[in-house]
Amino acid sequence: MGQGLQNRIVILLPYLWLLILFLAPFGIVLKISFSDTAIAIPPYTPLWDWSDIRGFFAELDFENYTWLLEDDLYWKSYLSSLRIAAISTLITLLIGYPMAYAMAKAPKNIRPTLLMLIILPFWTSFLIRVYAWIGILKNEGYINIALEWLGIIDEPIMMLNTDFAVFVGIVYSYLPFMILPLYATLEKMDGSLIEAAKDLGCTEVSAFWKVTLPLSMPGIIAGCFLVFIPAIGEFVIPDLLGGSDTIMIGKVLWSEFFRNRDWPVASAVAVLLLLILIVPIVLFQHFQQRAEQN
Amino acid sequence: MSHNVFAPWDDPNAVPLVEIRGLLKRFGDFVALDHIDLNVYPREFFALLGPSGCGKTTIMRMLAGFETPTAGTVKLEGQDLAEIPPYSRNVNMMFQSYALFPHISVADNIAFGLKQDKRPKDEIAARVEEMLSLVQLGKFAHRKPHQLSGGQRQRVALARALAKKPPLLLLDEPLGALDKKLRQETQFELMDIQEKLGLTFMIVTHDQEEAMTVASRIAVMNEGKIVQVATPNTIYEHPNSVYVAGFLGEVNLIAGKAHRLDDHHTELHWAEGEPPLRIDHPLEGTDGVDATLALRPEKVSISHEEPQAGLCRVQGTINDIAYTGNLSIYFVKLSNGVIIKAQEANSRRLEHRNYTWEDTVWLSWRPTAGSLLLQ
Repeated sequence: MGQGLQNRIVILLPYLWLLILFLAPFGIVLKISFSDTAIAIPPYTPLWDWSDIRGFFAELDFENYTWLLEDDLYWKSYLSSLRIAAISTLITLLIGYPMAYAMAKAPKNIRPTLLMLIILPFWTSFLIRVYAWIGILKNEGYINIALEWLGIIDEPIMMLNTDFAVFVGIVYSYLPFMILPLYATLEKMDGSLIEAAKDLGCTEVSAFWKVTLPLSMPGIIAGCFLVFIPAIGEFVIPDLLGGSDTIMIGKVLWSEFFRNRDWPVASAVAVLLLLILIVPIVLFQHFQQRAEQN
Repeated sequence: MSHNVFAPWDDPNAVPLVEIRGLLKRFGDFVALDHIDLNVYPREFFALLGPSGCGKTTIMRMLAGFETPTAGTVKLEGQDLAEIPPYSRNVNMMFQSYALFPHISVADNIAFGLKQDKRPKDEIAARVEEMLSLVQLGKFAHRKPHQLSGGQRQRVALARALAKKPPLLLLDEPLGALDKKLRQETQFELMDIQEKLGLTFMIVTHDQEEAMTVASRIAVMNEGKIVQVATPNTIYEHPNSVYVAGFLGEVNLIAGKAHRLDDHHTELHWAEGEPPLRIDHPLEGTDGVDATLALRPEKVSISHEEPQAGLCRVQGTINDIAYTGNLSIYFVKLSNGVIIKAQEANSRRLEHRNYTWEDTVWLSWRPTAGSLLLQ
């Protein structure tokens, strides 16, 4: 009996955690997204009247969502975020895969050190590391100074405040999240599979394409999700490194909340962002599971 | 010698499939293979037998192309393998871990090597079909490896390695992961398949029973050297060293000094005050050399009465009795403290035992039964 109760509590705890810290706040945000702005604290009309449940539902409206559809700023920033996140994820994968592969192939005794080096940047604040890139990328920054000193350029190259800087920032910041799951799958892969492929007529290269790559797919998918999802909503990197024409939904969200103080519209933006992310992930996992069963 | 006996190793005109000459392999300071010379002939089922770390797997990996020799040559069908990468060698290997590709089906695993060779589609399909029926897995063609039992996976690994009809198939501890009963069944299947396809199999194993069962010849290895290469029968009955005698099956060892009696007979003085033991074999060393008589327990008889003349005999007391159902094994302590095992088949139902603990008994054997070993 006691054992059963204990088990139930153990299972219950994470759900409780999710309920209190994810589902409940999301419910509040969802509710705010259906409200109207008001000059008040907080700045929206309260919609919480227990005495009148019917009135509560009657008050709900999709005004904020129709507003999002009408103003093309929002759609453009959603699309631009998706594009920037997708391209950054691809670049991160292309850089991260060889690194993870090299780590997994490295002698066993130096692997912990290499892993430590990948995690090391986390010991410095994320914000400081992004700021540091300003010093590297700006017109009087280290890259331009070096290139001018080498005589390769006469005029500094404009890198800061461009999409390029945003890509650099995202790829740099999220690279460990790509490398770690890739390393985990590559490291535990049975080396005799590669030998078997070679034994059956594969060269080093074709063994990679036919065996290593398909078997590292779970790592690739995990890494891409870990980079793509936070990159879409990224605010700090486009704000600090991006230019005025780099529009990303995280920035829009921030200015709705803090500049316009339009909490209902900002909430609607947030809810839509979540839907845009969750729907493809759920669909993907559904198909993935079906593919595995067959 | 009759013509239907398969013994190409005795035929000076036979052309070996595998020729290994002066093969040396070092890993840092460690000598994994120490000047190996070996011939393996077509259609042989050749076993490399030895404890782990003796170098048997290294020889196999060298044939497959996963290790390069430090010195010496390895030839397959007369061709030096040194310059040929693993993917273009006429050798396939069945891995100890099976190394089945987990992301593709059984049929695709078997077809993998054929596809790699760009064989025509219908030929691949026919070959896969043939292999699946050979290992009786037709129903499982579309399963993934993780949906199979250990024994079935073992068969897929075999079918995949055989699909390209390699002149030489390497099997690295192929039955190591199976339980004992399945292992015994599979040993006979392996022999059937090898005979049916007329290929050469080379197996690596540390299981002496397995090697004895399947192999046409066995190479017993120790610390990077081949100690003896011979048929299972020769290895068991005429081991060339104490190491080989002890590695295969049970053996009694009696140490002493060997003295030459005449051109065909030797005497072993094994204990102070005991009559010497006669051995019907010429002494190969100098007179009075240190030697060991190796005697299989099943060749030693036990009796209360003094054995008839002409037999070698020793007297001792029964120290222990082991009853395994089919056998009774008596551990008899001799005057110098050496314990000799005498094995008796329980060919009749055992109602009461003739011998018991502390009995003084005679042990006897024919002078031809033992081997005199100088090393």
